[in-house]
Amino acid sequence: MSFKTSLHAATAVTLVMAGGAFAETLTIATVNNGDMIRMQGLTDDFTAKTGHEVEWVTLEENVLRQRVTTDIAAKGGSFDIMTIGMYETPIWAKNGWLVSLDDLPAEYDADDILPAMRGGLSYDGTMYAAPFYGESSMIMYRTDLMEKAGLEMPASPTWDFVADAARKMTDKDNEIYGICLRGKAGWGENMAFLTATSNAFGARWFDESWTAQFDQPAWKETLNFYINLMNDAGPPGASGNGFNENLSLFQQGKCGMWIDATVAASFVTNPKDSTVADKVGFALAPNNGLGKNSNWLWAWALAIPAGTQKEAAAKEFIQWATSKEYIELVAANEGWANVPPGARTSLYENPNYKDIPFAKMTLESILSADPNNPTVDPVPYVGVQFAAIPEFAGIASQVGQEFSAALAGQQSVDEALAKAQALTVDEMEAAGY
Amino acid sequence: MATQHSRSAARLMMAPAVILLLGWMLVPLIMTLMFSFKKYLPLRGGDLGWIGFDNYVRFVTSSAFWPSVVATLAIVGGVLAITVVFGVLLALLLNQPMWGQGIVRILVIAPFFVMPTVSALVWKNMFMDPVNGLFAHLWKFFGAAPIEWLSQASLQSIVMIVSWQWLPFATLILLTAIQSLDSEQLEAAEMDGAPPLKRFSYIILPHLGRAITVVVLIQTIFLLAVFAEIFVTTGGAFGTRTLTYLIYQRVLESQNVGLGSAGGVYAIILANIVAIFLMRAVGKNLDA
Amino acid sequence: MARAVTQRRKIINTAVAWSIGLLIFFPILWTILTSFKTEAQAISDPPVFLAFDWTLENYSVVMERSNYMRFLWNSVIIAGGSTILGIIVAVPAAWSMAFVPSARTKDILLWMLSTKMLPAVGVLYPIYLIFIKLGILDTRTGLVIVLMLMNLPIIVWMLYTYFREIPGEILEAARMDGASLKEEILYVLTPMAVPGIASTLLLNFILAWNEAFWTLNLTAAKAAPLTAFIASYSSPEGLFYAKLSAASTMAIAPILVLGWFSQKQLVSGLTFGAVK
Repeated sequence: MSFKTSLHAATAVTLVMAGGAFAETLTIATVNNGDMIRMQGLTDDFTAKTGHEVEWVTLEENVLRQRVTTDIAAKGGSFDIMTIGMYETPIWAKNGWLVSLDDLPAEYDADDILPAMRGGLSYDGTMYAAPFYGESSMIMYRTDLMEKAGLEMPASPTWDFVADAARKMTDKDNEIYGICLRGKAGWGENMAFLTATSNAFGARWFDESWTAQFDQPAWKETLNFYINLMNDAGPPGASGNGFNENLSLFQQGKCGMWIDATVAASFVTNPKDSTVADKVGFALAPNNGLGKNSNWLWAWALAIPAGTQKEAAAKEFIQWATSKEYIELVAANEGWANVPPGARTSLYENPNYKDIPFAKMTLESILSADPNNPTVDPVPYVGVQFAAIPEFAGIASQVGQEFSAALAGQQSVDEALAKAQALTVDEMEAAGY
Repeated sequence: MATQHSRSAARLMMAPAVILLLGWMLVPLIMTLMFSFKKYLPLRGGDLGWIGFDNYVRFVTSSAFWPSVVATLAIVGGVLAITVVFGVLLALLLNQPMWGQGIVRILVIAPFFVMPTVSALVWKNMFMDPVNGLFAHLWKFFGAAPIEWLSQASLQSIVMIVSWQWLPFATLILLTAIQSLDSEQLEAAEMDGAPPLKRFSYIILPHLGRAITVVVLIQTIFLLAVFAEIFVTTGGAFGTRTLTYLIYQRVLESQNVGLGSAGGVYAIILANIVAIFLMRAVGKNLDA
Repeated sequence: MARAVTQRRKIINTAVAWSIGLLIFFPILWTILTSFKTEAQAISDPPVFLAFDWTLENYSVVMERSNYMRFLWNSVIIAGGSTILGIIVAVPAAWSMAFVPSARTKDILLWMLSTKMLPAVGVLYPIYLIFIKLGILDTRTGLVIVLMLMNLPIIVWMLYTYFREIPGEILEAARMDGASLKEEILYVLTPMAVPGIASTLLLNFILAWNEAFWTLNLTAAKAAPLTAFIASYSSPEGLFYAKLSAASTMAIAPILVLGWFSQKQLVSGLTFGAVK
């Protein structure tokens, strides 16, 4: 330990002298997800290499969003680096609020970043946020329960197959629920899942003239299908379940299938936390034969607010945290299964990573999502499980509440859709569309 | 001479508090009023100019407005009813002779020290969770199907959480009031053979009137602003969107500061309507 | 005979009161117990009450992940600073209202309370912009000021009702003896009002400690108190009940202990003039 520390210190001295940079203290806002918490634990490596200190502001996702959005919109300058997603990046970049990341040095190898991720984090061809990890969504299922139900999961199942399998796997007396899906209201919770699902059913948020489409049959079909399935084969209280709740249910062995973020794969296969670690299989998110799968595309990325005085140091941090070396550092400390996935092509070419059971399906899922053509019918917006316009988060949060109430049985699907349509029209009008 | 002197001294001594509060009230209020007449969208470039009463019209005509007022009043009313009724009962009980009164009092006041965020998280996850919550285990133990508290009984659940936090406050004030009651009067009534219920409604309850008004007033001020409990548990879904929460959605989720500011002005109006009723009652009691 | 009845009543009272007390306290007790379980035990079915392998692992995980002492220290400074500052501003005001009342005293008092009715979230942007202008974003000074202003009406009111119960003759006697206004407040009034001031102090310390909107939204790394500490443990990925319980226990323990030790003082002054 002490040898390691002094070694680090020695490197630090050399680097600081070589770069001639001043040691800064960076304030970084991030979300309390496992990969970010791991990054906090490894901060010493960054400090040793560059001399810069890091102060972490780790917040729950909803609180984080509210904090960073207020701060950047009011130009508060509280943070030197913010953790944001594919939704915020193009909108903020358009407002000139972010520092361009196109000038990172050659050894960073920006071309190695998966094109889908780089595209989603760019505005006008310039990258404004670097992906810390990327994700799509896929089916995670219990191989033992699937076998017990006498079924075999195809590599790319249809929704009908999934629904049938879910109903067959369900054994409510033993608290086994065939399928766990998000129901908790929120644009990043149930609406991410439902929007991605609706793509497979041929639905869309807006037509080409920005008219809301919740009064169209495709949405009704999506919602009816989802609610019927959840009523038959979902866990109790599904309308309160988001990513974390479902993860915990799956780890406890209470879900037959779970369609959610690909990053969850490393949590459900980790024997330390998961009681079903060795019984998990993976498949592409379901489709309806219309040419679109129900999977989304997302990245948690690091961005620098324009106007920070610590831009140079902030860039050094982003280079460190999203580099190939960082992936190796995590692999050395925590094993290859726990490295931040979905950001770099080289990771999926790495022979060490090939053995990871979910690596192939994660990559395939990411590659099959197309934010520029997310739907069956053409749309004016970019984004698979969101529409990258400033109004979307507010609208989708409220629509999510209506859909969540429908799932809880407090209103019918028709009522929920009528309210969703009315409030979307109203908000879009207010925004001047 | 002395009074003249002390009057001006009194005014001088009041000045810091009054000036500070005037500033604290006026500066944000004026800014809120200004924003409320503007199209102010931080994500679309900020201040986009004056738009008259558009925000005010849009805020009230939104289908979410009246339900949010109803939800606000339901939460405030529900919590007040529970804390006052159980507060009186608990205070009566704690006033009786018993062993370990001090410890019981400590147990009863403890929830008041718990942060709203923490209590909401604890209730939501460890008690009301329909799979892993303690209530679910309890229900299953008795062979019943677990209740999905936060979706099927959302408003009641939030009232319950908030009541748990405020019951100690009500109990303490009411207990102090009961303890100040002339015990001879009660004993005399007991001697005269007045049954407990009569003693309660003719002697104790009138005596507690003032304390109850104080509890109602103070709690109302805090309950109108309840936020963390909703943010953590339901996020405003299932009919728990209060006026405060609706404003939060407008300002922070939709990033429409103008619309949210108009909502803020409505909330101030609502709060003052409630306040006028309350303060009439308390004002009378303050003189007594 | 009468004695036996009283004795029996006392037993019943004790039993009922203890059951209710424990019921009310149970959520806190359960949180504390859960904080010593492993994550798996925290959700075990059926739940285990005491017979589990007690572990301190959750606490060490939390300590390792967050700089708890800094959050704690910020909470102490912010809650303490705002309360003390509030009392310094409020004592003279409450004094003049109580002893030199004018026709408008009651109106001023009620107006002060009404300033608490402004919904915080509605003025977030204005306050945020002002904080940026003043350069006090993410500083303890900024939060001390905001929380002081938030609680000032309650402080003034509590002190006012308490001062009013002090007989004016005593002050007059002091004045006759040639005490100046300052002396009168410092040496006569204050000692008599100590219980009232103490409970005002405690109540407002608790309110400031638990305030979770401004303390979260106006801070980043430097001034963040325990409310922000909790926000990093609510709904993370994976099983979290035990860690959440540990973090919760750490966030509420200081104030709980303080409250328990000082509950006599807190209770004695917590009347808001409700007792006559």
